[in-house]
Amino acid sequence: MTLLGVVPFFLFAILFLFFPVAFLVVGSFQDSVTGAPTIQNYLDLSEPNIVLAYTSSIEISLVTAVAGGIFGFMLAYAVILGGLPRFIRPLVMTFSGVASNFAGIPLALAFTFTLGLQGLVTRLLLTGLGIDLYSKGVGFSIYTKLGIEIVYMYFQFPLMILIIAPAIDGLKREWREAAENLGGSSRQYWQHIALPILLPTLLGTTILLFGNAFGAQATAYQLTAGLVPLVTNLITAQISGDVFHNVNLGYALAMGMVVIMAISIVGYSFLQRRSERWLR
Amino acid sequence: MSNVGIGNRALEVIPALEGSARDARRRPRFGANRVLSWIVFIIGVLYFLVPLYATLEFSLRTKVPFAAYNNVLFKDANFASSLLYSAAIGVVTIVVSLLIIVPTAYWVRLRLPRLRPYVEFVTLLPFVIPPLILVFGLLRAYSTGPLPLTGSELGLNVLIVAAYVVLSFPYMYRSVDSGLQAIDIRSLTEAAQSMGAGWPRILLTVIFPNIRVALLSGSFLTLAIVIGEYTIASFLVRPAFGPYLALLGRDKAFEPAAVSIISFGLTWIAMGVIALLGRGSRTRVQVAGAR
Repeated sequence: MTLLGVVPFFLFAILFLFFPVAFLVVGSFQDSVTGAPTIQNYLDLSEPNIVLAYTSSIEISLVTAVAGGIFGFMLAYAVILGGLPRFIRPLVMTFSGVASNFAGIPLALAFTFTLGLQGLVTRLLLTGLGIDLYSKGVGFSIYTKLGIEIVYMYFQFPLMILIIAPAIDGLKREWREAAENLGGSSRQYWQHIALPILLPTLLGTTILLFGNAFGAQATAYQLTAGLVPLVTNLITAQISGDVFHNVNLGYALAMGMVVIMAISIVGYSFLQRRSERWLR
Repeated sequence: MSNVGIGNRALEVIPALEGSARDARRRPRFGANRVLSWIVFIIGVLYFLVPLYATLEFSLRTKVPFAAYNNVLFKDANFASSLLYSAAIGVVTIVVSLLIIVPTAYWVRLRLPRLRPYVEFVTLLPFVIPPLILVFGLLRAYSTGPLPLTGSELGLNVLIVAAYVVLSFPYMYRSVDSGLQAIDIRSLTEAAQSMGAGWPRILLTVIFPNIRVALLSGSFLTLAIVIGEYTIASFLVRPAFGPYLALLGRDKAFEPAAVSIISFGLTWIAMGVIALLGRGSRTRVQVAGAR
């Protein structure tokens, strides 16, 4: 009887989460013609264009996670402990909340108006400094992998700020004083106390940022019209029309993405639990 | 100062150490740091504001001032209808999500604490299953079989609400659960029961009002996710705001800039309301999932 109270929740989850995903899982182990069980679809993931898509997706996620993580940490540190005026902190936190949620189509559009062919910064650089970003020599384009990375940074580093700020706050003043009283320098304090305590949070959040970028579809799709080889773009093409001429290969492709997301979330929650030991 | 009874040796050492610590504090340790802090801060501000400014500037470059805004707000019927559609879907999503999550979180806290890890696991799954994969599965699973939902308008609307409810699980469950933690649900339930209230009445007239702040912050976050969502809406071919904006971005010049600015304003309002609601409570910052 008591179990009845949670039935609607699990029923809903089964209908609209487990069943659809199970459909993909089962399909990924089936032959597209005969329906016989096979692992061929997973072996086919080694096709060059699929490997390329996975490598660029992973590369973009990795670069923006690490760069966004480092810059976000530096900005959070600057705002909290860097001696900036006090009123800046709530400002940065609010902006970070908005920026980390401002993504998808409008974000992609905003960057085409900034660094696109007719973008404001592109025009300013051309008229002001005579630098043509889109010339052969510079070879820049916002509609490329580098462009996607620049755009993703917009929601990556604010997310790091939001998560790391409470952790920096959690560093107890007594620890610093204890280190100073024992004659430790500022560098030693960071090297032996603060960084080791913050490290699980820093690593964990970087992993979270990785998943954040890896699962993103709309932003990159809008920016590059789906032309840059990314896992999400391949899956998008596969849903719209069977581009591999093998429906079940599409399922395997989707499962590969889920596996990578799962690994990153497990890594994140493991490190999160570690960091809670010191910071509460 | 340091004349606490801890032995002569300590008495000798402590003043010396205190002196050096005081020196360390007097030293302008932040001198170089502060310059670096300002540099990092300014880069961050530029990164944040330049794209917004560029978009704003572009939206105002029409011959007639504010023509782009005028066009989308008053001449483009699709702007209003798509925004309205997304808002309506958002409201339905919130209602369904609340009706599922509140009783579940309540029941787990009251009677089934041993199920908590399983419920938490399920509510966190949307972080592992990106919207793209979810909609892929939904499309394939419900195109044939006993529930061919993709075949009709109503079915597609059911699917989009269902998908958004799933996306809302992590945020809704966490805010509802922390709301429940703050009140004494056991006593409230017993008091209501002793006065003869049944379960629906307890939930609707006792529990819901007591956690309304938590419900509101979860709801606004859900609304913020749903309003601009693109991936799921476009694959389910819904006339929603996200796909409208994507199409506009391909077809028009200045209007997309205007709508981007409006959409940024909407994000700002939603986040402002959430921050306002979360004031004083210890809820962690939360992040929406429509990338």
